[in-house]
Amino acid sequence: MADDGVHIIKTFSDGLKGLVSAYWVTLKHLFRKPITEEYPEYKRPLPSRSRARIILTRDPDGDERCVACYLCSAVCPVSCISMESAEREDGRRYARWFRINFARCIYCGFCEEACPTLAIQLTPDYEFCRRDILSLVYEKEDLLVDHGGKNGEYNFYDHAGVLVKGDKGTHINEAKPVNLKSNLP
Amino acid sequence: MWLLGFLLLLIKIAVLLAIVLGLAAYLILIERKLLGRLQIRYGPNRVGPFGIWQPLADGIKMLLKEDIIPAGADRFIFKYAPAVVATIAILIAAVVPFARDVTVWGRTIPMVICDFNVGLLYVLALASLSVYGVALGGWASNSKYSLLGAIRGAAQMISYELPLGLSLVPVVMLAGSFSLVDIVNAQSRYPFALLQPVAFSIFIISAVAESKRLPFDLPEAENELNAGYHTEYSGMRFALFFLGEYVHMIVLGALVAVFFLGGWRGPFLPPVVWLLLKTMLVPFFLIWTRATLPRLRYDQLMHFSWKILVPLSLVNIVISGGVMLWLRA
Repeated sequence: MADDGVHIIKTFSDGLKGLVSAYWVTLKHLFRKPITEEYPEYKRPLPSRSRARIILTRDPDGDERCVACYLCSAVCPVSCISMESAEREDGRRYARWFRINFARCIYCGFCEEACPTLAIQLTPDYEFCRRDILSLVYEKEDLLVDHGGKNGEYNFYDHAGVLVKGDKGTHINEAKPVNLKSNLP
Repeated sequence: MWLLGFLLLLIKIAVLLAIVLGLAAYLILIERKLLGRLQIRYGPNRVGPFGIWQPLADGIKMLLKEDIIPAGADRFIFKYAPAVVATIAILIAAVVPFARDVTVWGRTIPMVICDFNVGLLYVLALASLSVYGVALGGWASNSKYSLLGAIRGAAQMISYELPLGLSLVPVVMLAGSFSLVDIVNAQSRYPFALLQPVAFSIFIISAVAESKRLPFDLPEAENELNAGYHTEYSGMRFALFFLGEYVHMIVLGALVAVFFLGGWRGPFLPPVVWLLLKTMLVPFFLIWTRATLPRLRYDQLMHFSWKILVPLSLVNIVISGGVMLWLRA
């Protein structure tokens, strides 16, 4: 009987202690400064790799990087990228038209990962929603920018692809062409 | 002469109604702001400075929303259940005295809408009636969530009425009257909360359960029952349920003030201000609780009422009666 009494008192005091400490914790939070960032007034600076509006970049020479290989449109899970390829006189490929439907885009960044020439890139600019859904279909001239994005120095045609400048074997890290005739045993 | 009295009564009713409804509307804002601050965020602050027009915006929104009555609902009961909740909550406010009687031109004007000699029983009776709004609203919706919420609500409110009523017995014993005016007058020297801390805490806990607030919000447990008994309600009928809940909170605050904190009595400030301050203590405590405690399990809820609160309040009655007899002898 005495044990029961001690047990009841202990349960009661433990419960009371738990209650009081819980209320104390919430009360302390009442006097803390809220951590809310109030959006339209304060815009949090986003990391440069945040994924939002997509751009088509240019290489350091000012040419379009995109070679219209269709890899981005193939990997796109919502099929929001479409294009038509064409070829320049010097053999370099480009997109005759290039279209991204941002009303569909889920900003997954797969296109950026798939791109062999680092042409298509996602930027931290996310504030471009519109009431008119058709105005979210961006054409090539809306997408194209005049800088190299995250990799300003990179030029795909310096490393691989058809020759657009210089001779055979002038790609970076490419061996000189072997002279078959001097290579006889 | 009776016409003058009738006019005075109408004026008092209008003022009280305006105050209670205005307070209820702003209590929603206060709750959202306070809850926000307790969770280290700002509450609503977009409509007007500090969001003070938020209740207005909410009201306009609610009025303009489509009023949906689900197919298969009992239309008549479905339509009137929210009104039952709101009306009953407001009716309780009628017996709360808000100041000392005023004498104007030799006429004594009681500063209470209705000084019932059984005011306390009237309060308890109305508190019991408010189960009907919940139960009928949930039943008439013809939805399983609503019905479950309604059943829980009915069981919970009936269970917690018992300790609610029993905790008031010592108050009646101390005041020697069922009239709320007399109860306030009996606390002219010290509030009953000092004499009856156990009854005070039991009353507060039962009041939380009666107003269906966390941690006793099983009738509307969001993550189990969507919204419980008002799942199927929309537009102004939903708003009425909400209004009823918040008026209920204020009225319970007023009752706690009257029964345990000395009503409008207090130094320096005018009586109405004292009553308002004391009234807002309970809503503040309820909001604070909502930010602190998780919801109880259903069996814990029942266990707590029947096995702890009811016996405790009975023991409290016996002990207070004994002490009073001993003091008198």
